[in-house]
Parts: sequence; C-alpha cells; structure tokens
Amino acid sequence: MISVSDIKVVFGKGTPLQKQALNGVSLTIEEGQFVTVIGSNGAGKSTLLGVLAGDVIATEGQVKIGTTDVTRQGTAARAGRVARVFQDPLTGSCGALSIEENLALAARRGERRGLASALGPQRRALFRERIAELNLGLENRMRDRMDLLSGGQRQAVSLVMATLAGSDVLLLDEHTAALDPGMAEFIMTLTQKIVSERKLTTLMVTHSMRQALDYGHRTVMLHGGEIVLDVAGDSRKTLQVEDLIAMFRKMRGQTLDDDALLIG
Amino acid sequence: MSLIAFWGAVELGLVYAFVAIGVYLAFRVLDFPDLTVDGSFPLGAAVAAVLIIAGVNPWIAAAVAMVAGAIAGLVTAMLNVRFRILNLLASILTMIALFSVNLRVMGKPNVALINADTMISPFFGHGLRDFYVRPLFVGILVIVAVVVVWRFLESDAGLSMRATGANARMARAQGVDTNRQIYLGIALSNALVALGGALFAQTNGFADVTSGVGTIVVGLAAVIIGETLFGARGILIALIGCVLGSILYRIAIQLALSSDVLGLQASDLNFVTALLVTVALVLPRLRRGGAA
Repeated sequence: MISVSDIKVVFGKGTPLQKQALNGVSLTIEEGQFVTVIGSNGAGKSTLLGVLAGDVIATEGQVKIGTTDVTRQGTAARAGRVARVFQDPLTGSCGALSIEENLALAARRGERRGLASALGPQRRALFRERIAELNLGLENRMRDRMDLLSGGQRQAVSLVMATLAGSDVLLLDEHTAALDPGMAEFIMTLTQKIVSERKLTTLMVTHSMRQALDYGHRTVMLHGGEIVLDVAGDSRKTLQVEDLIAMFRKMRGQTLDDDALLIG
Repeated sequence: MSLIAFWGAVELGLVYAFVAIGVYLAFRVLDFPDLTVDGSFPLGAAVAAVLIIAGVNPWIAAAVAMVAGAIAGLVTAMLNVRFRILNLLASILTMIALFSVNLRVMGKPNVALINADTMISPFFGHGLRDFYVRPLFVGILVIVAVVVVWRFLESDAGLSMRATGANARMARAQGVDTNRQIYLGIALSNALVALGGALFAQTNGFADVTSGVGTIVVGLAAVIIGETLFGARGILIALIGCVLGSILYRIAIQLALSSDVLGLQASDLNFVTALLVTVALVLPRLRRGGAA
C-alpha cells in the first residue's frame, strides 16, 4: 500500500520563479491496485511520481510506502521499494553496459552489492529465460551493448528489469510516450501482463486518455497541483475519453489547444 | 635502441601501467576527469622512499603509499561530491596542494634510494640480469592488479560503479549510492597511481617532487593507445589495452628520443608526449571521417 498525505511541493521557494507544483495532494493506493494518472503539462504528474520515487523531496506532507515513512529518503535509499520505468528509454538503462549487465544491476536493486561475479551461470540462465519471454529474439543478444537496441526494445528490457527484484510499487512514467504506435501497444500489453501476473501496485502516468481509461483499476486526474478527478469501479467503466476532454476544457476555461490530448 | 634501453622502456611502461589503470577507472569507468594523479604519483614515490630509508619493510612502505594515494583521491572526491566543486577543478586543487605535501613528506625536493633494500632487491643476483628482473617483477604485479580490477569491475559492486559513470540517474533508481561510488572509485584509482609511484621510486632509485608533472597525460596516452589498438570489447581487453598501451608509449618515446635523425634530446620528452597523445586522439577521428 502507498499513501501520500497532503503533499505540497514548491520549486524555487522565495524566488521570482517560485512554483507550487503540488498543492496538498492526498492519495492512497491499495495493495495490487493499478492507478493511471493524467493531466495536462504542468499539472504535477511528474512531480507526484518524483515524490514517490525520491527524486523530489516534498516541502510538506508525508509519503508512506507499505508501513514505512519514506518522506525524507532519497532515490537510492528507497530503491528497494520502488521499481521504475522512465519515459526516455535512454534514462532507464545503461547504454554502455550489456543487456545482461543491465539485468544484473537491476536484479540487486536496493540490496547490498558484494564482490561476487555479477553474472554467474545461474543468473545468466534466469536472465535469458526472462528475456526470451518477450519474444523479441533478444535472448540471443544478451552480451550486446544496451545502446544497440531500439527504444521499444529498451523499454521492454526495462520492464523486465523492474520486476527482477521485489518492490512495493511500480512507477511507470509515460513509458510509451517515446515509442511508435505499434511498439507502444506492445509495451502496454506487456505492462498489463506483468502487472496482473505479479499483482503489482502500480502508478502509471500517461498523456493518453485512451490508455488512462483502458488500463488499470482507477484513474486520477491532476490539475494545477491538485487532484480534480478520482474514479474507479462502475463510474469509471462508463467514462469516455470525450468526458475527460470535456473536463479538461472546463478546467482550463478555454478551448483545448493541446492536440496530444485528443489523439489516442 | 640497445637491449638495455628497450627493456628499460618496457619496465617504465609497466610501472606506468598502474597509472593507466587508475586513469581508466577515473576517466572511463566513472567519467571523472581526475588530475589528482599528477600529485598522487610523486606522493606514492615520496612516501615509499622515505619509509624505506627509515628502515620500514618496502612492501609495507608500498602499502602505506597506496593508502596515502587513496586519501588524496578521497579529498578530490569530497571537494566534488560534498562541496560541489567541478570535478576537474577539484582534482587540480588537490594536485596543487599535493606538491607542498610531497615536499613536506620528503623534507627536500629529491630523495635517493641507492643501496636501500627495495621490494625488488631480493630478486637480484639469481642469475637473471638486473634489467630483466625489474620488468619481470613489475610485470607480475601489473598482472595481479589487472586481474583484481577486472574481477572487481565484473562483480555486483563493480557494476554499480560502472553504472554510476555511465548513467547516474539510472544507478540511483537501482539503489546505488552514486556519491559513495565516486569516493570509492577515485580512491581506488589514486591508490593504484600511488603504487605506480612507489614502484617508480624503487626501480629508479629515487623519488623526486617534480616526477609527477604530466603523469595524467602519460596515463591518458596509454589508455587511448590501448583503445585505438583493441577497441571497446569488454573490461579485460580494455585493461590489457591500458598495460600494452603504456608499454608501447614508452617504446615509441624511446625510439623518438634515441633516433639521431630527429635530433631530439631528453628535455623534449614532454613535447613529444603531447604530440603523441594528440596524434592518438586525432587519428581515430580522421579514420572515421575518411570512411564516412
């Protein structure tokens, strides 16, 4: 379970550029729940994700993952609880390391790293098996450098990496935004499969309203650093993309100028 | 080039192989341009020489030299990580400070080690001539260092150091304390460089406060020559490349200086070094440009 209570985040406090990125956000996500988060640019989606991951330390409020208060913990300190796939395929993996080395790195996420060889025969076999499940043929390229892979392949490997070590929450940061439509769909199907098989507590930030409604159990909309919509269950089932767009319009009090919101 | 001059070049190349491996760790693995080595190399030489003259076991003297080098590295890392000073500048500050430290350690600009018992002296006089014994002895130590560093970089702990240099954000997301990795890596790098300095003092019979000038360029030259010859094909190959690059560099310098045609003298060494490194840096780029 994750609980975020009354989180406030202010960037550049006391400067002319002061920005209230989150303004009292409270959110409780039950064990195994898959939550999708939408909102326009600057709504606070990325900040919320950063607060959970540890990249952003909240100005006020409390963040709990499981029963542990992680509010003041940095990214590395809470990495054992948080698995993550980044928007940019280059960010989530190490281009200079091989596929299997990236997997080895992820397999010990949040654990002590000793002087034993990172790639013993047992681990190699396990990694090969897990990568083979992707059906991308990458199991024969385990020693290739990661930067030889396409963006989609890297995201697929990143998803596997996120599940090699245990975690209390999986954070997906618009992880299909940089991909072509075909690959984006493949990654989403894979995400769905992994999340439901492993019953992962998941928070997915997305730009696509279609994705936000099609996947997961619950949808949260952020605007101006606040939660303006939180739907689950039957009321969510009846919700259409058009309804969300209408809400966006109302929120902004102006006509929609962001085409990206209408597409997909 | 005479046989003695050739083996002398090989020996010097092997001594500087420690510098090359240290530079590889800092520049390539951690992506941290560390100039501390210009200070930590003579620091290692000074500490080892002074201790050996004081009657300390030369192996222990070398170990203490390594610790001294590691501390120098920690200072640079602290200036960068803790006080947010640009890595290059942080290392220059340490390097400059070490010049004074080295003078303090030795008490004078130059310490001679003639007739003192060094790590190598027990191996002299067993039938093999001295100019073979020295490179053989240093070479064995280099092999040990290569194997240790190789196994480390391919361990879980080493992987997190490599990730820190390649993609710090990803490393943190995987639970790697990247600051700690910088402390650890720069300390290890300078410990190796100081060991090179300690061996330099013992094979050459002196420690000199100015012997550190240009150490970084020599180390980089070795790394780059190794990369040019072997390409990027894994850690072990890269480390072997560092060692062979260091030896080849010394032989090339020796050839340049000993050829009468060029009319060079020993004092031209730094110029020739700079020229060689420039050529090594530019050549691969020209080749790529030509192919494209």
